[in-house]
Amino acid sequence: MSSAAQSLPIEISSLCKAYGPVKALDDVSLNIAAGEFLTLLGPSGSGKTTLLMALAGFMRPDGGSIRFGDREMIATPPHKRGLGMVFQSYALFPFMTVAENVAYPLKIRGVSKSDQKTRAERALDTVQLGGYGDRRINQLSGGQRQRVALARAMVFEPQIILMDEPLSALDKKLREHMQIELKALHQKLDATVVYVTHDQREALTMSDRIAVVNHGRIEQVETPERLYRQPHSFFVADFIGESISLPVKVANDTAQLNGRVLKSDLPIAHGSGGHRLVIRPELLEVTSGAVPETANDLSGRVNDIIYQGDSVLVMVQHDSAGQINVRVPANRAGQTGLPSKGEQIGLALHPEDTIIVPEHVS
Amino acid sequence: MEQVGQRKIDGLWLTVVGTAVLFFLILPTLIVIPMSFSGASFLEFPPTSFSFRWYETYFTSPEWMSATKTSLIAAVLTVAIATPLGSLCAYGLHCSSPRIRSTAQILVIMPIVVPVILIAVGVFSLYAKLGLNYTLTGIVIAHTALALPFVIVTVMSGLQNYDFDQELAARSLGASRAYALWTITVPQVKFSIQTGAFLAFITSLDEVVISMLVSGGENATITRRMFNSLRDQLDPTIAAISTCLIVVSIAALIGVQLIGRSKNVDN
Amino acid sequence: MSVAETYEGAVTHQNASTLKSEERRESMTFFGLSLPAVLAILVVVFLPVFWLSSLSFYNAAGELSMENYARIFESALYRRTFVVTFQISIAVTVICVLLGYPLCYWLTKVPDRTAAILMVFVLVPFWTSVLVRTYAWLVLLQRNGIINSSLMSLGIIEEPLQLAHNLTGSIIGMVHIMLPFLVLPLYATMRSVDTDLVRAAVGLGSSPRGAFWRVFFPMSLPGLFAGIVLVFILSLGFFVTPALLGGGKVQMLAQRIESTITVYSNWGAASALGVVLLLLALAMIWLMNRVFGLDKLFMR
Repeated sequence: MSSAAQSLPIEISSLCKAYGPVKALDDVSLNIAAGEFLTLLGPSGSGKTTLLMALAGFMRPDGGSIRFGDREMIATPPHKRGLGMVFQSYALFPFMTVAENVAYPLKIRGVSKSDQKTRAERALDTVQLGGYGDRRINQLSGGQRQRVALARAMVFEPQIILMDEPLSALDKKLREHMQIELKALHQKLDATVVYVTHDQREALTMSDRIAVVNHGRIEQVETPERLYRQPHSFFVADFIGESISLPVKVANDTAQLNGRVLKSDLPIAHGSGGHRLVIRPELLEVTSGAVPETANDLSGRVNDIIYQGDSVLVMVQHDSAGQINVRVPANRAGQTGLPSKGEQIGLALHPEDTIIVPEHVS
Repeated sequence: MEQVGQRKIDGLWLTVVGTAVLFFLILPTLIVIPMSFSGASFLEFPPTSFSFRWYETYFTSPEWMSATKTSLIAAVLTVAIATPLGSLCAYGLHCSSPRIRSTAQILVIMPIVVPVILIAVGVFSLYAKLGLNYTLTGIVIAHTALALPFVIVTVMSGLQNYDFDQELAARSLGASRAYALWTITVPQVKFSIQTGAFLAFITSLDEVVISMLVSGGENATITRRMFNSLRDQLDPTIAAISTCLIVVSIAALIGVQLIGRSKNVDN
Repeated sequence: MSVAETYEGAVTHQNASTLKSEERRESMTFFGLSLPAVLAILVVVFLPVFWLSSLSFYNAAGELSMENYARIFESALYRRTFVVTFQISIAVTVICVLLGYPLCYWLTKVPDRTAAILMVFVLVPFWTSVLVRTYAWLVLLQRNGIINSSLMSLGIIEEPLQLAHNLTGSIIGMVHIMLPFLVLPLYATMRSVDTDLVRAAVGLGSSPRGAFWRVFFPMSLPGLFAGIVLVFILSLGFFVTPALLGGGKVQMLAQRIESTITVYSNWGAASALGVVLLLLALAMIWLMNRVFGLDKLFMR
């Protein structure tokens, strides 16, 4: 798609919405850069969809500001916001053909019949549905419907595209394929994309940045890697990736686990309700001998070993901290040999992987 | 074994009773059709001879013809007013807050549950003040109010089964609310609207009690004339008129079903 | 605790007034769409009925009084009307249940396609004019009608029975008109009963009859109740069929109201009767709303 339009930045500030005593949006502020792929990630009921609907204009907030570029949009009706939107249910028009669906936004914009046709065809080509124009919606598979919804949302070259869990109805394999495809498509289009999902893996795969939403508030906005490696709160650490956590004491920017000082290269975020050490099973190292001085020692006795195909999960009973899981890639486990049940093994947690977060973000 | 035997007897008993009740429902409904072709000058069933004489009487009677005309015009006007008003109301209520919606729903079905004799007497005295008794306008207004609940209920249930995201999608794609409503929502609840229109038509055409008081003179409806005639004696002409009424109703019903089917093929 | 919460009280939301007025405008739009229909119903149904009801509180001299109510409860004629109305309504309701319940239950047992076709036998009468059906019964039940003549030729009776122009005729005709109102909600409810539950009960050792009474019947009750209330309310205020098939000998409430006005021009008494009828109907509706939920009407 050649695009004359420039993607727009989005500036959300102090957005509030209450349903009775429940705050669906609690003073949300967020800046999204032009051309960025930003994902709103959170559990159901967290407010992520409410935020997206506020951007689209279907949910009227109690107050706040939404700016697309330098235009205030907070009270603009949906059809004048000029954005493309993909719904969870696809919301295709079942009484129209595929081509008529895709041409609908062009028809509204008064594009000539012949232009409608060529542009709809081009959009369908982009989503690899060339030649499907005359099909009826009920003749399409779930994945194909998804692509039609996508083509319809981008055919008029909007500067902003919103997507509300568009892949949730697809099976796992197709979903993973579509994630890659969507990411590639975003790079082709010059549009800012705001994407809603509750699937952390999907968010990590596709996003430039992820905003983690919880209880109507944004807990953290970061690139996938930094979000994973440096979560700012226990909620973020727990929601993204696999982890176990142990309570720690923090004083003077040092954390102690059962009286032993934890070595950490990462800054300790502050909040309320105590701190926890977050351990990612795949970041632990099984050492053959003693744990090196530079790392934190979490050694213990092997409780159980679970084979999971691509990896092996070793459950280790630590003397004082309780059970700790270690993930070892299956091929490496094959080379070095697996520990056996009851065996004492060394576990090293390196300072760059030692994540200490507050229970609640301030 | 005993249980199986018992179940068979239960099943047989059910079939006999069920069939009997269905016959009880349908036979008296359709019996006027053969009766209307009777050649005898008094009412008999089964008829012993065949003729069109009662149809002739009906179609050549200026009184019956004028009443038929009044009823048909009133029914068509009722449909023409109640269908758009009811559909808009259903859409408005569908989009309103749950509190407004549930209050309005109770208000809207009142014409169905308030005994029609009370509405008839009340309307009669109201019309007396407004000079609307014995006018077509008066009949149409009253019938419209009676028909509205049927249109509203059917269109609202149509909207409930419709994926409202489609209208949101259309609006996000640049359609104003009115344009999205007209191009996306209306085509998909069309069948409910047509059903509502059919119900409005039948409601007006078959309405007796209000018409009995409010219509009259030149603007007497066919039901008013039929009712008065039946109070006096059993005129076989009524069989011919009844048959025509049934035919009109069934034709309207089939029409709606056919349009509905062609829409279902698309889906 | 958090920064946002501590200063929130002091913050007035940005753009709050714009958003508030937008919201008000939108809900006014929806209200406006509903308004013509709601107004039509208010003017044609509520206004006249309220006005009529108000008449009942004035005596012949135009003073506020309860005279009309005192009269309708003292007069033997009006008392008789109430008794007859209730007797007929209860009889019609009971007969409708006895005929309708087995029919609906049978319809759930036959294959879906067959049931859909058989439902036509319920729907065609339902959409056929009450007047047409009453007329048919007048013909069937008359002295030399088919019912009397067949009974006589079979030798069961010697003299023709008086079937029309009395209580019997009114009840037969009303049952025929009311039965679909019982069958439609009842059948809808029965269809939604999970037949697996009944099968499970049989599997767990219940006899089919036991499973019916312990599992199926209780689950069909909401629909049965809705049908009963509907039939009873409609019967209480029914006019056409008893007026024609009762032949003037049976006077139910609706006829009494009509004749009190058209024959005796006694608006006060008629409206007092009307208020009682209205309250009865509203009480039944209230009851139905409590047990069944009127919302269901809108979701079919």
